[in-house]
Amino acid sequence: MAIDLILLSALLLSAIWTVMTIRLVHSVVGLALTSAILAAIIYRLDSPLAAVFELSVCSGLISVIFITTVSFTQRISKERFIVRRKERLLRFLYLPFIVIIAGLLLVRYLRIPQFSLPLSAQVTDVRLVLWNMRHLDLLGQAIIIIAGVFGVVVFFKEPNK
Amino acid sequence: MVVLFILIPFVLLLVLNLPFKFLNARIAFWLSVVLFSTQALFVLINSLFAWSNYPAVLGQFLIFKLWLDPLAFIMLFTIAIVVLVSLLVARSTITTEKRSFNFINLLLVALTGMNATVLVADIFSLYVFVEITAVAVFVLMAIEKNKFAIEGTFKYLVLSMFASVFILTSIAFFILACGDLSFSEIHNAFLANSNIILLNFAIGLFLCGLFIKCGVVPFHGWVPDAYSEAQSAVSVLLAGIVTKITGIYVLMRLFSSVFVLKGSFHNLIMLIGVISIVFAALAAFRQDNIKRMLSYSSISQVGYIVLAIGCGTPLAILGAILHFFNHAIFKSLLFVNAAALEKKFGSTDMSIITGLGSQLPVTSVTSLVGLLSTAGIPPLSGFWSKLIIIIALFNAQQFTYGWIALLASVLTLAYFLFMERNIFLIKTETAPEGSDGVPFGIKFCEILLAAITIGVGLGFPFILNSQILQLKGLLY
Repeated sequence: MAIDLILLSALLLSAIWTVMTIRLVHSVVGLALTSAILAAIIYRLDSPLAAVFELSVCSGLISVIFITTVSFTQRISKERFIVRRKERLLRFLYLPFIVIIAGLLLVRYLRIPQFSLPLSAQVTDVRLVLWNMRHLDLLGQAIIIIAGVFGVVVFFKEPNK
Repeated sequence: MVVLFILIPFVLLLVLNLPFKFLNARIAFWLSVVLFSTQALFVLINSLFAWSNYPAVLGQFLIFKLWLDPLAFIMLFTIAIVVLVSLLVARSTITTEKRSFNFINLLLVALTGMNATVLVADIFSLYVFVEITAVAVFVLMAIEKNKFAIEGTFKYLVLSMFASVFILTSIAFFILACGDLSFSEIHNAFLANSNIILLNFAIGLFLCGLFIKCGVVPFHGWVPDAYSEAQSAVSVLLAGIVTKITGIYVLMRLFSSVFVLKGSFHNLIMLIGVISIVFAALAAFRQDNIKRMLSYSSISQVGYIVLAIGCGTPLAILGAILHFFNHAIFKSLLFVNAAALEKKFGSTDMSIITGLGSQLPVTSVTSLVGLLSTAGIPPLSGFWSKLIIIIALFNAQQFTYGWIALLASVLTLAYFLFMERNIFLIKTETAPEGSDGVPFGIKFCEILLAAITIGVGLGFPFILNSQILQLKGLLY
């Protein structure tokens, strides 16, 4: 229980930092960290396969794509950085308070009923899931990555108007 | 063979990006024209048997489980027509070779996503392909990279992410309640009446997500910016088909043949539909920009489809399907007209181009066809679909909704006649004479879409017998 609380608190802090930081690279690192903590939580919820996917895809592959994209952008000047940091802090100052209040309200009032996953959905062999049950979604994954690549090309390789 | 609707655009996308110098924007354009035209023509060969059977050798590789019925044929045909029109408009409005090539690639991604959305038989796969379409469209919307287009894209992106959260959460509840995400298993779970509270909660979340994707009031914040600030060809694509497939079609498919709904959900959907019809029609009056007026008109017309889906009777669903097709065609036509005006005068602001539209005879006549059809004037296509929706509402004892839908058509006619008068009918002394300067591709699209609008209207009895009554498997 103590570990779960520590992990959930770390998840919240990391997510808030991801949103509030001004440097894009820091934001990517924050996102990777959030995914890694989430993977640990999923693992503790007895879903090791989902944890592995969360760690490898969200924390790994997505971070690489984001870092590559960030490398196409230009660094802003120091003066502008200071102004933007102040603006961003003011804009998101309320965020940690909202998260804390929402969390307290949920703990106090929300009673989530217990459900167990039906037997038909409890498949443990990842090969069976990927290649026999969800192959159309795999094709979808490939297409969405290609769409992302075109996005990077359009936004960062073409000259700005 | 059904899977070819997904695989061929995907393979063409891969082929176009092979490192050969001859694969340029021109080749990509013509290959895409052939692909989109072929899809439209093949879908017209409306034989389920021909599409559902293929040699056993192929069957070993094409293992995807897909869902094909007459409704899917209508959707695939509509997608092919609108995507073709968008491509032809892009040919005339996107000037740089590189940008044109990227546009075609993203159009192929969107086509693959939309075709797959229509054909999948599993709610998670449906979500995956809706997102694929959305990602391609986010990039297409910002392809011109001007400030306002990026702002519109950002609004769409943020609201779309909220929709995704709702839909994904509801999918998690569906797997808890049903143990499987295929349409048939979810339908069986509803019939078995097991875990009904969980299922209703899942439907509620799914509905919130879909309302955002449909862009209905009060989830419409992104629509006017997205439609009006995007590049002309992208506006055609967005207003003509994308929001319809990713929002309306999904609503129609799931709420007419997968979910088994309680009365309260029907009432909620109808209420949202009627609010959209009235609010957006009133908002359209206040617009000075043609594309923004058309955007609000789109929200209002989508309201009619949502209202009919909410009514839920077989006749109402028939009206919804018909209005889906008709609206895709005449709204694309009106956005193509806007593209012609933008190409000629560099603006779609009515205060700037007042009285100048008379220089564009083809645009002037076809826009009249489009707006009269939108308002539901006989004998154009929009008249029949609105008539069926209103009759279905009266038959279902929904008199208040029926009367509101009927009276809102008058509002539609009023704001469109105001637009037509301002742009095309007023003669100004300053209007210069000369050629209309509208590219052939845009004129061709205007004439094609106007011909479909008139043809469907005049030939409605024949189309009803040969095509629409085949939908009875879905309706009864």
